[in-house]
Amino acid sequence: MSDQPLLSVNDVSKFYGSRVGCRDVSFDLYPGEVLAVVGESGSGKTTLLNCISTRLEPTNGSVTYRMRDETTRDLYQMSEAERRFLMRTDWGFVHQNPADGLRMAVSAGANVGERLMAVGDRHYGNIRETAIDWLGRVEINEDRVDDQPRAFSGGMRQRLQIARNLVTGPRLIFMDEPTGGLDVSVQARLLDLIRGLVSDLGLAAIVVTHDLAVARLLSHRMIVMKDGHVIESGLTDRVLDDPHQPYTQLLVSSILQV
Amino acid sequence: MMTAAITVCDVSKTFTMHLRDGIKIPVVSGVNFAIKAGECAVLGGPSGAGKSSILKMLYGNYSTDFGAILLSHNGEEVDLSKAEPRKIIELRRDTIGYVSQFLRTVPRVSALDVAAEPLTQRGEDYEVARKKAADLFAQLNLPERLWNLPPATFSGGEQQRVNIARGFITDHPILLLDEPTASLDAKNRAVVVDLITQKKAAGVALLGIFHDEDVRTKVADRIIDVTTFAGSKAA
Repeated sequence: MSDQPLLSVNDVSKFYGSRVGCRDVSFDLYPGEVLAVVGESGSGKTTLLNCISTRLEPTNGSVTYRMRDETTRDLYQMSEAERRFLMRTDWGFVHQNPADGLRMAVSAGANVGERLMAVGDRHYGNIRETAIDWLGRVEINEDRVDDQPRAFSGGMRQRLQIARNLVTGPRLIFMDEPTGGLDVSVQARLLDLIRGLVSDLGLAAIVVTHDLAVARLLSHRMIVMKDGHVIESGLTDRVLDDPHQPYTQLLVSSILQV
Repeated sequence: MMTAAITVCDVSKTFTMHLRDGIKIPVVSGVNFAIKAGECAVLGGPSGAGKSSILKMLYGNYSTDFGAILLSHNGEEVDLSKAEPRKIIELRRDTIGYVSQFLRTVPRVSALDVAAEPLTQRGEDYEVARKKAADLFAQLNLPERLWNLPPATFSGGEQQRVNIARGFITDHPILLLDEPTASLDAKNRAVVVDLITQKKAAGVALLGIFHDEDVRTKVADRIIDVTTFAGSKAA
């Protein structure tokens, strides 16, 4: 593991008028590290994710990112064009609802190819070949490359969204409830796929989830949020097996045993 | 070797159960011991004395309230009880191995890949790691038809052998064993005794919990009586 953080979040707060979205959140994320953000609905997880991923400007605090050229940049000091370029190339964002991250009316192959064109690839044959390769890696059959995601099941759409995000070789990927709303067998397959890709590609990831089993399976570290604050953080298995805060103990003890 | 591979200094641990009106459950206090390279120490004492908790603190799975857990990691001395999560992950990758009582299975990952993972994480070639896992499975008499299946549906004894292979596959200088023989038959218990003996000969420091008296007598260089570390509870 590298000794320099890839991403540093420093005292980030977001207020909606007088309401707190998230407050004074700080952490570092290193290359290859997967961080889970857990907490109940309304705890500020998604607000935090949006603030970090430049989708929502924080009220206070800063987020810095180490670029591919090793310079460290403050994300909110960058120009809009630079931020967009970062999001299209070095970052990925997997939405809970695949329709938010895909273009539903163009083919699966074009959904993947579009990201490649954004980084300057213009050769149709190469783009199609890479798209088909990536569809294979997320277990979508080559013969579906010309179908629109509208014709895909929920699990397939989610896998397509992952392929679209990973095709440019990002170093950091954000995931907002990536398995939410999928039935459990589809969920298991998707989790296993994400786990394999993240470790093979050495990706850093921030995964927002309310599902502690997902956090345990995917993440190295986790932070627990309540009412916009980080109330507990640490090594994933330690937070889950030896939780200290009352709320974390409640969360862990509320998991249903199968 | 004269220096200890792992030294536990005055460690204590109490659980605070916030959902039970903040009741405090003292687990252990004043835990002091050291284990040398090539030695196998066994934690002794009745159920509930805190044996597993000590093992979990040494693996970084439980926090400590007080004290230090010192070990040598890639040539530097580290206090595991105060290490950052990233450091603990690094320690687990390179220095401390652990065989847990139960296997936490991941959907769709085969038994061979589960056992090979600690090696591939350290950058070992995938096929070499799988070959090593297969050798261990063969030694542990795990039926070959199971090797490419995910262990979720295996019996307790079969899962435990996958877990043992996963723990023994690396050359970590410290190995923690939480009842590795609990669901094994006599033949496979003997295999585990052999594997432990080989680790000792290779200079690994081992700390284990063994309820099986026969295994314990065969592997233990000494017993650490956990009841002397009792928290302030009336036992």
